[in-house]
Amino acid sequence: MVQRLDTRLDASFAALSDATRRGVLEQLGRADASITELAERFHMTLTGMKKHVGVLERAGLVATEKVGRVRTCKLGPSRLELETAWIEGYRQLWASRFDELDKVIEELKRKEKIDERNKK
Amino acid sequence: MSATKNNEPDTTKNRTTIEPKSEREIVVTRTFNAPARIVFQAWTTPELFRRWWVPKSMPMALLSYEADIRTGGGYRLVFDAGGTNTMAFFGKYIEVTPHSRIVWTNDESGEDGAITTVTLEEKSDKTLLVLHELYRSKEARDAALGSGAYDGMGETFDQLDEVLVTLGA
Repeated sequence: MVQRLDTRLDASFAALSDATRRGVLEQLGRADASITELAERFHMTLTGMKKHVGVLERAGLVATEKVGRVRTCKLGPSRLELETAWIEGYRQLWASRFDELDKVIEELKRKEKIDERNKK
Repeated sequence: MSATKNNEPDTTKNRTTIEPKSEREIVVTRTFNAPARIVFQAWTTPELFRRWWVPKSMPMALLSYEADIRTGGGYRLVFDAGGTNTMAFFGKYIEVTPHSRIVWTNDESGEDGAITTVTLEEKSDKTLLVLHELYRSKEARDAALGSGAYDGMGETFDQLDEVLVTLGA
């Protein structure tokens, strides 16, 4: 179960690592849109946009439906996963900040010990 | 998203946990193997702060950092945003209580900025740091979370801009 979640999260995380794809999700959060509309909005070719939507679809973040000649995109079933992946990205930022802070703190502790010894 | 382990040996990195507490809040926790006054010193001494605030995985240089860290004081961080562009993050300290609490506003995005509260709680030579971010709306919080979803590699400055704009300083 954990591993399956991890694999799915990896896919979500990879899908979210691109600014255009994040933009597409934001856009679809407001309203459903066709691939053509998305391509226009993001100044992209149809082929380019199809690729981005494909990545999002495989991660379960977007669902598409073809009616006639138009393929409509909407937010997919894994909203929870989307949120989890976002949170993980945010956590990583803080984790790397705090790992650096650890180094600064170790240095301060060492310095304090030396100062104490010198006082004696 | 499990609870922070406090029984880890000093050589192991402590875990950073995140919890979206309510629709408008995010809570980050982390334990440090040092008394609160040392953590406070590392946070509030500008030349020390500069060393850890911008992770190495973020290819974004901090150009300047000015801070008057006391209740009513202000801060301003300026980053190199690529080319000749710079990006500033600024706000005011609502409360600064030595060794235990720092509260500041994030004003770069206007009225909608989040309020960040850091509390330090010392327990037998270790300090539990709790960072609480309160956004004005669910949308603002989700935007901050969403922009954090970067992998730190091969990212363009545009993406990093987004991360920093919404994360605030």
